[in-house]
Amino acid sequence: MSKPQAIIVGAGFTGAATAHDLALRGFDVTVIERGDICNGTSGRTHGLLHCGGRYAVKDQESAIECIDENILLRKIVPQVIEPNGGLFIALNESDLQYRDVFIQGCEACHIPLEELTPEQALRLEPNINPKLLTAFLIPDGTFDPLRLALSFAATAKKNGAKFRIFTEATSLILDGKGGVIGVNILDRASNKPYELRADIVVNATGAWAGEIAEMAGASVPVKPTPGVMVAYDQRFVQRAINRLNTPGDGDIVLPQRRMVVVGTTSFEIDDLDYVPVLEDHVKLMLERGAELIPGIRNARVRGKYMATRPLISSGSGRSAARTFKCYDHKETHNIDGLVTITGGKATTLRAMAEGTADMVCKKLGLNAPCTTKDVLLLSYRQYYSLPN
Amino acid sequence: MSENWNITLKVSRQKEGEKPHFDEFKIEVDPDEYVLDAVERVWAFMDRTVCFRHACHHSTCGACGMRVNNVEKLTCITYIRDVTHDGGVLKLEPLRNFPIISDLAVDMGSLYNRLETVGVRAILPAPEAEIENPPATWDSADQQYIRLADCIECGLCISACPSAATSSEYLGPAVLAGVQANGIKGNPEMLNIVDAEDGVWRCHSAFECTAVCPSYVDPARRIMNLRTQVIKERFTRLFHKA
Repeated sequence: MSKPQAIIVGAGFTGAATAHDLALRGFDVTVIERGDICNGTSGRTHGLLHCGGRYAVKDQESAIECIDENILLRKIVPQVIEPNGGLFIALNESDLQYRDVFIQGCEACHIPLEELTPEQALRLEPNINPKLLTAFLIPDGTFDPLRLALSFAATAKKNGAKFRIFTEATSLILDGKGGVIGVNILDRASNKPYELRADIVVNATGAWAGEIAEMAGASVPVKPTPGVMVAYDQRFVQRAINRLNTPGDGDIVLPQRRMVVVGTTSFEIDDLDYVPVLEDHVKLMLERGAELIPGIRNARVRGKYMATRPLISSGSGRSAARTFKCYDHKETHNIDGLVTITGGKATTLRAMAEGTADMVCKKLGLNAPCTTKDVLLLSYRQYYSLPN
Repeated sequence: MSENWNITLKVSRQKEGEKPHFDEFKIEVDPDEYVLDAVERVWAFMDRTVCFRHACHHSTCGACGMRVNNVEKLTCITYIRDVTHDGGVLKLEPLRNFPIISDLAVDMGSLYNRLETVGVRAILPAPEAEIENPPATWDSADQQYIRLADCIECGLCISACPSAATSSEYLGPAVLAGVQANGIKGNPEMLNIVDAEDGVWRCHSAFECTAVCPSYVDPARRIMNLRTQVIKERFTRLFHKA
């Protein structure tokens, strides 16, 4: 029997991870991406390997996904992770009032935590705000976004997946009976159109998922929600520093290489393909970031940028769940041959891929279990050296 | 907010099988935007066929290197103000010494291959990563911190290097810098790789790599140091054998 064919649209985190998962399950996988790998939301991710603490009070489903996947990613892709942990710190009375629900939430989601005195916290991280009132040590980490995706893509390639970059999906090929049977493609490097057919098309375009689904006459309740981040030119801390309170703007500072990155904000947009970096948001990042690490005030800005989260629109902005969702469009719009994966967090990319591949296998009547929990990923550099 | 500028982006274009040429795009910019922001707007609003590489937009991924007015720049952190003026031109070309995929996008496979072959570390213990702002002292607990290396594998040094232009087999600054950081003591295999025509001796000490490095790696100094390591290792082995 010949291998089942899958086309994945989008080479961000979910596209790369789904390619890896489906390739391991015996699929002949082709990933198409209109730019280079990770040029959209994934590449600009803040880079926090969430332990789930941020969601432990209000969104426990996401929190549990985060801690489980955090532990797994440390095992399968240590090459791109700074595994140094994180702190949640309280700076005022309102933060302190959050302490008890935070402890309860973390315990409910099996997130290990240890409360530190301000003195202990300052010994670990001398550059955090010395006026802190309490701190919790939790198993956060940070990662290099592009290299995280490349590691999945490299391993997928090793197992036969093909990555066609600068290759845009211009429309979906329909069979006239309400099914998707392939993708019309424009090779942007040569300006030549061609078509590609497959048993299943996976729409892994994140914030752009609505645009691809629409090509088949389907829709996805994804709400693109950008946020601004600012990188500063000094590595003040070794751990992710979080504000102990309900998630808000600029309440996470991460170390990355010689920098720290403060993020993020949350707003709504019309045009997905170009989102300006709003200057008042940049100023807010400085104000909020300096509350956590006062030295940021005297640091130089290294980069100001934004990324557009693909939130599932069950709520709006901060209240929307961070969990992910797979849609079988046979069920949502009676369109066969097309599934969409969107929502989620970078930290949960492997689980998102597992859910998507499970759905694909079920649709095609295949019994092929997921094995990605146990497969150590190849060096990200091999993405560039393995043949396509 | 500063006054906006009107500038011309002169973008090198080359599709498969075509001859290279420049296309000009007149665009209004805030001079405190980055060069990459302007390129992205050209793609979003003016010409959807422009190909370029980018991912992180804050100098950690190394994807967006280009030649900007003849100098290698990481475009996501290069302020427009620093490379042109109101009414001025930004000439954008792909990095040199790599094959062109399309327009401004190059294939960096050779660099990644070589980095992998010589085992350049992508993450390493934080005290080894030459942090400028460490805690007062690195105590034993600090040794446990791991961090991503300074080198972001952007290829700017390879593009700027006059020696890389003369030999496609030259290991190149980023790769030699990575070997220097690892050290070659007691590693005869690595010694033979770098003590070679296309290793440390191909370098002409032009220091262009250090001039364009956006990530504090200082490859030129590291290559000079690696030469010292090579000579030391050769002497040691000479006497050891005798």
